[in-house]
Amino acid sequence: MRPQTSVEICGIKFKNPVIAASGTFSFGIEHAEYTDLNRIGGIAVKGLTLEPKKGNPPPRIAETPSGILNSVGLQNPGIDFFIKHQLPRLTEYDTRIIININGNTEDEYCMLAEKLRDKPVDLLELNISCPNVREGGMAFGTDPRMVYNVTKSVKAHAGQPVLVKLTPNVTDIKEIAIAVEEGGGDGISLINTVLGMAIDARSRKPILANVVGGLSGPAIKPIALRMVWEVSNVVTIPIVGMGGIVTGEDAVEFLLAGATAVGVGTANLITPDACIDIVHQLEEYMINNGIKDINELIGGLIV
Amino acid sequence: MKRAELCKVADIQLLAHGLYKLKIEASDVAVSARPGQFVHIRIPGDKSRLLRRPISIYDAYHEEGNIEIVFQVVGEGTRILSAVKPGDLLDVLGPLGNGFTIPKDTRHLFIVGGGCGVAPIKFAASKFNHTRSTCFVGFKNRDAVYGLQEFKKSCDRLLVATEDGSIGYKGMVTEVLEDELKQNSPDLMLACGPVPMLKVIQQMAEQFDVPCQLLLEERMGCGIGACMTCVCAVRAGEDYAYKRVCKDGPVFWSREVILGETANEC
Repeated sequence: MRPQTSVEICGIKFKNPVIAASGTFSFGIEHAEYTDLNRIGGIAVKGLTLEPKKGNPPPRIAETPSGILNSVGLQNPGIDFFIKHQLPRLTEYDTRIIININGNTEDEYCMLAEKLRDKPVDLLELNISCPNVREGGMAFGTDPRMVYNVTKSVKAHAGQPVLVKLTPNVTDIKEIAIAVEEGGGDGISLINTVLGMAIDARSRKPILANVVGGLSGPAIKPIALRMVWEVSNVVTIPIVGMGGIVTGEDAVEFLLAGATAVGVGTANLITPDACIDIVHQLEEYMINNGIKDINELIGGLIV
Repeated sequence: MKRAELCKVADIQLLAHGLYKLKIEASDVAVSARPGQFVHIRIPGDKSRLLRRPISIYDAYHEEGNIEIVFQVVGEGTRILSAVKPGDLLDVLGPLGNGFTIPKDTRHLFIVGGGCGVAPIKFAASKFNHTRSTCFVGFKNRDAVYGLQEFKKSCDRLLVATEDGSIGYKGMVTEVLEDELKQNSPDLMLACGPVPMLKVIQQMAEQFDVPCQLLLEERMGCGIGACMTCVCAVRAGEDYAYKRVCKDGPVFWSREVILGETANEC
């Protein structure tokens, strides 16, 4: 018998806990040529802004040991274009849709939430953690007071439950997570990328045109696991854990640390059907370990 | 549904210093590949190197179900790739990208490649042989030269330049191209090479009013258009926008693209 893999996040049922993470999956259409989107638990779309955004100059990507640095800088066609042209294509699939929104100001976050209020999307993901933009982004996510304020304001405008996506580039992730919960946030996604850089010793130049970028991939998995664990001990709202998940066992580790669902990011850049591979491996793990319901794993770390 | 395939290495050959030709059994790729497209290959046996390497298709043989790629060793990843043996398996995604498009009424084609840009245009030379074509290939010196026999077979006329004059014309391939453009007016030019060379060709295309397609390279992530990392700037009215080299390209019209300084390693 196939094990029970569905989980519930903020009252929304996901057929399995695997979510394609924002920024690695565009709006799903490119990956649809390579993978059956209907079999993925959910898709967090590429970060959207009010106006179209050009993004940073190239090179925008560099390979580092077990990791990738990127400095895309939120290139996107803007919320209106997305709603008109891309969202209708995405809603044809049987998967949960999470909209990642990015503002320069608190008002912009609220306007984005307002525009999505009556749209067929399941969750909003408040991105206060992008390391690659000058305004907004990570600047919001590193100050508990600002985190509380922006969460509270967006909640007043949102028609859907709100996940808040956190940056690991803080001294104490727990106080940021508590601010989300106190501000009325319905859930937390973490972690976004770790700020880093790569240098070409021969040319003495940084590899990324933006000089610094966000590190992702297996290199950051231990940091992500630690933060999910820490946060799960101080809040009661659900956590979508992410950071370097490449295999089903990686996903299990995040669930054990306290995540209700997991985000798969960098792996989508390497293997277009990584999410489905991970779902299969997760099911295999459950069968091999006699686990009938995936919810048994959540927070099941033995310390 | 398309997917990455494990493909067997059929042959590997050293062509010139640090430059390898790899023959891969990849029948699906061989059937559908078009000149200007690329395959995206994982570095075998090293999971810590996450990114695939985008490598242009040098030629494709659908009867045999093989493709050939040519690549330069530029770092540890390509060094590992250069050490594969016949029979080894490679994780291959592709063919990817748009490729060159040749209008039906094209009568005379100029195909230009310099340095690392020679290999990516070879497939165009062999595939578009129904049209009269003149190929221009430029190398640093005699030690870097390869593939001349294959080019000769594929095109009507081959012009070779080396920077030190050890083979063919002494100087840059763009100088040979300029001389020819003064005498001939092709319907279309196709070009690949280092950015400074492409900038010169872009100017010539405008000066001589010849439509021109440029095959670009950029540091790349997914290769399928999702991650938005391998972009190049293109004109958008008075402004510019970033397009994806992997999906919207790697071939762009020379009049639309704004060439900058990119991570061109060859």
